[in-house]
Amino acid sequence: MINRGIGLKLILLILTSVTLIFFVIFGYNYVVSRDLIIKTAEENARNLAKATVNRIDTVLISVEKIPKNLACFMEFFFYEGGQIIDLVGSVVESNPEIFGSTIAFEPYSYNRNSLFFAPYYYRNNGKIDFSYIPYDYFYWDWYQIPKQLNRPTWSEPYFDEGAGNIVMSTYSVPFYRTLLGERKMMGIVTADVSLAWLQEIAGSIKIAQTGYGFLISKNGTFITHPDSSLVMNETIFSAAEERNSMELRELGREMIKGNSGFVPFTSLVTGKRCWMVYAPLASNGWSFAALFPQDELMEDITRLNHIVISLGIAGFIFLFAVIILIAGSITRPLRALSKASDIIATGNLDVELPVIKTRDEVRKLADSFSYMKTSLTRYIKELTETTAARQRIESELQIARDIQMGILPKVFPPFPNRTEFDIYAVLEPAKEVGGDLYDFFFLDNDNLCIAVGDVSGKGVPASLFMAITMTLIKAKATKGLPIGEILSMVNNNLSQDNPSLMFVTLFFSIFNISTGEIEYCNGGHNPPYLIRSGGEVKPLETTNGIALGVMEDFSYQSKKIVLEKGDMVFLFTDGVTEAMNEKDELFSEERLEREIARLKEKPLKEMTSGMMEEIKNFCQDAPQTDDITMMILKYFGK
Amino acid sequence: MRIIKTCLFLIFLIIASDALANDIRLQKTSFVPQWVPQAQFAGYYIADELGFYRKHGINLSMINGGPDNPPSELLKNGLAQFATLWLSSGIQMRAEGIKVVNISQIMQRSSLMLVAKKSSNIKTPADMNGKKVGLWGPDFQIQPKAFFKKYNLDIKEIRQSFSVNLFLRDGVDVASAMWFNEYHTILNSGLNPDELKTFFFHEYGLNFPEDGIYTLENTFKNYPGLCRAFVDASIEGWKYAFAHPDEALDIVLKNLHKAHIPATRVHQKWMLMRMKDLIFPDDSDVPMGQLVPEDYYRVASILKENGLITQVPDFKSFYQKCSSHGDK
Repeated sequence: MINRGIGLKLILLILTSVTLIFFVIFGYNYVVSRDLIIKTAEENARNLAKATVNRIDTVLISVEKIPKNLACFMEFFFYEGGQIIDLVGSVVESNPEIFGSTIAFEPYSYNRNSLFFAPYYYRNNGKIDFSYIPYDYFYWDWYQIPKQLNRPTWSEPYFDEGAGNIVMSTYSVPFYRTLLGERKMMGIVTADVSLAWLQEIAGSIKIAQTGYGFLISKNGTFITHPDSSLVMNETIFSAAEERNSMELRELGREMIKGNSGFVPFTSLVTGKRCWMVYAPLASNGWSFAALFPQDELMEDITRLNHIVISLGIAGFIFLFAVIILIAGSITRPLRALSKASDIIATGNLDVELPVIKTRDEVRKLADSFSYMKTSLTRYIKELTETTAARQRIESELQIARDIQMGILPKVFPPFPNRTEFDIYAVLEPAKEVGGDLYDFFFLDNDNLCIAVGDVSGKGVPASLFMAITMTLIKAKATKGLPIGEILSMVNNNLSQDNPSLMFVTLFFSIFNISTGEIEYCNGGHNPPYLIRSGGEVKPLETTNGIALGVMEDFSYQSKKIVLEKGDMVFLFTDGVTEAMNEKDELFSEERLEREIARLKEKPLKEMTSGMMEEIKNFCQDAPQTDDITMMILKYFGK
Repeated sequence: MRIIKTCLFLIFLIIASDALANDIRLQKTSFVPQWVPQAQFAGYYIADELGFYRKHGINLSMINGGPDNPPSELLKNGLAQFATLWLSSGIQMRAEGIKVVNISQIMQRSSLMLVAKKSSNIKTPADMNGKKVGLWGPDFQIQPKAFFKKYNLDIKEIRQSFSVNLFLRDGVDVASAMWFNEYHTILNSGLNPDELKTFFFHEYGLNFPEDGIYTLENTFKNYPGLCRAFVDASIEGWKYAFAHPDEALDIVLKNLHKAHIPATRVHQKWMLMRMKDLIFPDDSDVPMGQLVPEDYYRVASILKENGLITQVPDFKSFYQKCSSHGDK
């Protein structure tokens, strides 16, 4: 579970972000430092090329001056006799950098008899030798090119077998005379120089481990190169052809054009990628190049990069471990808490909560959790106690109710041997202990005492008050007093010592079963209905009595009616007429009267149960808020 | 026992006679190409190296040609029995009375050409008017001069050495070049083909087939078998060279090193490829070794027009078809 949770999220998000950041920084650093190194390398390379080219040019230019001076001399001075031969000799002798020199004349220009004339002094094993150039030299490059171009030139390098197979180059300067107003070339002054020192200069260039310098001629011929098979044998273009490299060929063309540059290049020796700097010699247009192996120049930065990447990987692993630790420290207590809460959910509040040592949000959560657990425990304890108390009270109330109900006569028919009348009563108590009452009992052989009442309020006080009322009625009625007096006495007794100002409405009557006469007294109660056998239904006239317990010394008046055979009296409490449905409508007297008229032919028991059913239909799901009491007396006569 | 002895004796006889016969049968002869060893003569060097001459009963000694050993001289003096010569040189020798015969015309096409830099604005023959044109020695001037005549050009003739530096340095506007040699040297001095304008003489009605194999008429009359064997072996050498260029180049380079001549493989390779183009031109179906009369008469008549010969030698006595290779 943890792997899909906070831990995994942390690892993925943080490590991805960190890796991204690392690579951005690393990449930027790499690019910048590489560019810096390339820039430095280019600067160094250009400086090296410039210095080397200058070194070579210095020598070549100093060599150039000698034949130039000689040519100048030849233009202005007569060269009769052997003097110029000696001059050439002394030039060679006094200029150690010059290997050989000649003044070669145009055909018949030295004198009319000689087709060629070219006295040549040259070094030979440390001494200076002399000879005339023994061949038709007019068509040789060293002679013909400066002649055709009318300017001094350096020849392409060549092998001089006579001088011991050393690479040479000849600087040739044409000289002129003005004859008959026409400037005419008379010959060429030359100086041969060994290029061995070039090999030394270029060969001594070592860049990093495998970098090197090389020199190519105007034709692209390698004059110096670490690969000796190329020297004086291949041109940069034949090398390019051999390697099938247009890149090399183009580079060679740039070089022999006298351009300079700094370009990527693959070494002909090592095959390594290099940077190559190239620059032309000012004197003869040859091109010097030096190779800077990229990997060797980049060695430091490559090493640095390796270290940085290693550090990055180590950091990555470290971070990984740290995140796992942190994630663990968060999720472990969370998981423990979650487990504990699962147990708590099953109701076991005694479970031990995990101990959190850190001081963070998890600790706070654990603390809240612990507080919740304590609160829950306390609350449940209190709830248990309260419930127990309520249950006790409720059971006591139930007992009270049972007692209350026990007071009421409940056996029907109550007087099976009296055929003169029938009586039936029902009390449907509401949830709480209510205050309805009814009673009937014989005072003597003929007189039946009937009472129906309703105590104000509900609950235990009401039921107690009801019990008192019933006891008082029974006590007073049996004394044989007039009915109004009985009620007044009961009223007085109830009114005295009635601090809670309770009261009871009461219909009280005495029915003479012999005569069918009923004397009644109504103390603020709903007037019962008299149902004549003929079908007439009407409420009994009021006696203008007030509810009992309200006012002491009230004098109750009584009235009398006579029941004929088949007449009935329907007594009830306000629980019937004030039964309420969900729309807050009352059952009402009208509905009651209508129902009485409908049910009057039925036996008493069915009448009450029919009425009760009708009330329930009316109320539907609305709770019963008050006791419902109904009592029916039916007179059959003697 | 007897049978075994007889067998052994017979075997001995066979071995001995074979060895003896080899020595006797191999005819000693010598050959000189026009120039020092290079791919221009690859076929001969390959035939020598791979024993094709021996196979044809020849014990050949190869002489290096060049300025010091002009083949025409060696042939004339009997110092070499076989030599390669340009067709024009062969006709000139014959016309001069030196009885040489062409026993095989190897190259069908002239590789001599003129080349100019496009930067000098030479695009047509007419553009050469008044320009400096580098020309080699007499043998190499016949076609250019006929060319100038044909296009009525007045050029400044500059004698050209065997380097192309004068041309590269702009000392001349137009240079002579052999397609298989100097032209490639120019390319490998940094000039691109698209920067050059070429004038191949064979494209201007002046095709002079170059290298052919020559011998003296007497040699041909006395040793026709030898001549046939030499030509067959040489043609076999050429065919092998074109079929196995890398091996051929190895052999050519070996001979170059032996002669202490600096050489580059790419240059020799170019030369070998061009030789193939010249020996087997794409637009020709002349069998190898055959001299076509039209070519002969074209060359001869131009030589005569230019006063280099007074009379055109008889084609039938000049060319002696001398090969069992009739196919291309």
